Amino acid sequence: MKEPIIRVKNLTAKYGENTILEDISVDIFPREVTVILGGSGCGKTTLLKNILRLKQPAEGSVEIFGENITGMNEDDYETILKRVGVLFQTGALLNSIDIYENISIPLEQHTSLPKEIADKIIRVKLALVHLGHAVNLKPSELSGGMRKRAALARAIALDPEILFCDEPSAGLDPLTSASLDELILDLKNQLKMTVVIVTHELASIHRIADKIVFLDDGKMLFNGTVTEAKSSGIEAVTEFFRVGTF
Amino acid sequence: MKREKPDRAVIKTEGDILFIEGILSKETIPEIWLQLKARRDFNDLQGVDLSRLNSIDSAGVIFVEQIASTIKDSNRAAAGKGNEELIKNYSEEIGTSLKIFSQASLVEADQLIKAGFFEKIGESYFFIKDAIYEFLILSADIFYWSLAGLWKKKGARKGSLIQQAVLIGVDSLPIIFTLSFIIGLIIALQSAAQLRMFGANIFIADLISISMVREMGPMMTAIIIAGRSGSSIASEIATMKVTEELDALKMLAINPIRYVIVPKFYAISICMPLLVVISMLVGILGGILVAVTYLNLSVSAFYGQMINALALKDVLVSLLKSTFFAWAIVIIGSFYGLRVEGGAEGVGKATTLSVVASIFAVIFIDVIFSLLYLPK
Repeated sequence: MKEPIIRVKNLTAKYGENTILEDISVDIFPREVTVILGGSGCGKTTLLKNILRLKQPAEGSVEIFGENITGMNEDDYETILKRVGVLFQTGALLNSIDIYENISIPLEQHTSLPKEIADKIIRVKLALVHLGHAVNLKPSELSGGMRKRAALARAIALDPEILFCDEPSAGLDPLTSASLDELILDLKNQLKMTVVIVTHELASIHRIADKIVFLDDGKMLFNGTVTEAKSSGIEAVTEFFRVGTF
Repeated sequence: MKREKPDRAVIKTEGDILFIEGILSKETIPEIWLQLKARRDFNDLQGVDLSRLNSIDSAGVIFVEQIASTIKDSNRAAAGKGNEELIKNYSEEIGTSLKIFSQASLVEADQLIKAGFFEKIGESYFFIKDAIYEFLILSADIFYWSLAGLWKKKGARKGSLIQQAVLIGVDSLPIIFTLSFIIGLIIALQSAAQLRMFGANIFIADLISISMVREMGPMMTAIIIAGRSGSSIASEIATMKVTEELDALKMLAINPIRYVIVPKFYAISICMPLLVVISMLVGILGGILVAVTYLNLSVSAFYGQMINALALKDVLVSLLKSTFFAWAIVIIGSFYGLRVEGGAEGVGKATTLSVVASIFAVIFIDVIFSLLYLPK
């Protein structure tokens, strides 16, 4: 049996006194696209932030690559982070520098690659996300979709083994959203990346999800494939797919 | 699933073929890059064999392509060949990586055209001209809405005047109180020794009261408010612009100047003169402390001398001056806030520029008032 690449055990997350996530346990397997979905405010982004240790869980633990990152020291945690890439909801590119420099940050900081090679990597990664022409532009000069793609190029700069994406399709038109999905699928299929995506875009889910983790009001209602979800008999889950399907 | 220390990559030449063995990744390339650089010529090579390569990442693909292009450049026999002819014997998995990260997909980047010297001068002229125009329009808008707002209550946020007065006025009290007291104390201490030498102890009252009332009180308060509230006004408005809150207000048919800036304008116009009065009084108190303890003057003697030295006009001109300072701070803060471009960096720049410009404006206004009301 395959070992999970991410293991979330009995995770509870709180903001102050409010419990946002309650006793979540999920295994995420390598080379799969796992979609965390649910309605607005159900705790999807909170779960992602807890997995990435951007927020500390109130209870429970998270293991990535078989190591418990919850109580891990900063140096070891950094080693883990070098093996993952994160695409934030807004892209989170640094606005004061151009796209080339944005993508060069992880390469400069975490590798000793010769400049010529690093330069080519940046250009190749930008070409992969179809932004080869935009190397010299600043984030403020790009459209929303282009910013997301540039952020994806930055997230895959170090060829991560796991790619986390927080609502990659949010605010994008269907065509741009579909092309971003295709790109993510390419990364998963050809580079054998594990992809964890937070979204509630049904079209996107149908296109890319191998597994889904369905959250509702801070609780995990379902974990399995889309087909299994539709026939799960869990009202909130089946309703979600029924209402969202034209 | 703990990652082992990365294996090495090794380069070997067998006949006219360069073999790369092991793992070719961002971790292993720096070591073999030096080996490759040390190699003087590539003209004896006909290709790169990857049959002994276990895995490759994007850095590895670029490295292999770099070798292939060096072979092409240095070997006439290989010059016309494509990468697919020079890079041989790879597994399907490595072939996929070679395909994905191939530099063949690179496109020419858009080139930025740099402006020439005269173009820059021209640009600066138009930039300054536009900035002055915008500044005047904004000032007019703020004055118009401030006057109009006295009669027309719609479009204003309830309670905003009190909230802003607390932020600008009440919250500034401790720092103005402390700094003014210290300034009064220092001026008195510095001059007391000199005055005592001439037996002119009583003139400490003239010195402190005139300096605090005419210059130090209004100036110190204005500089503190420019640094404290001016920066906060600029950053708040800049952030609202960057996050499209100002556009949202416009779309709600609410004038952002009326809604956001005018309450600040009212609050600073009311608070500044009051803060200046407090600054003057506290500064004089610092002077009295030195006069009583160091120069053995009585409080009543100090007070009597101070009343003789000061004219009502001095106080009124200072209060008028402080009102102009206040207007300059709020208008400049709003101006830079509204002109922000970009994200977090733009907000930072707007804030810094607004503080610098506000302090400059305060000093400039002070010079004008000093010239206008020069004691005869």
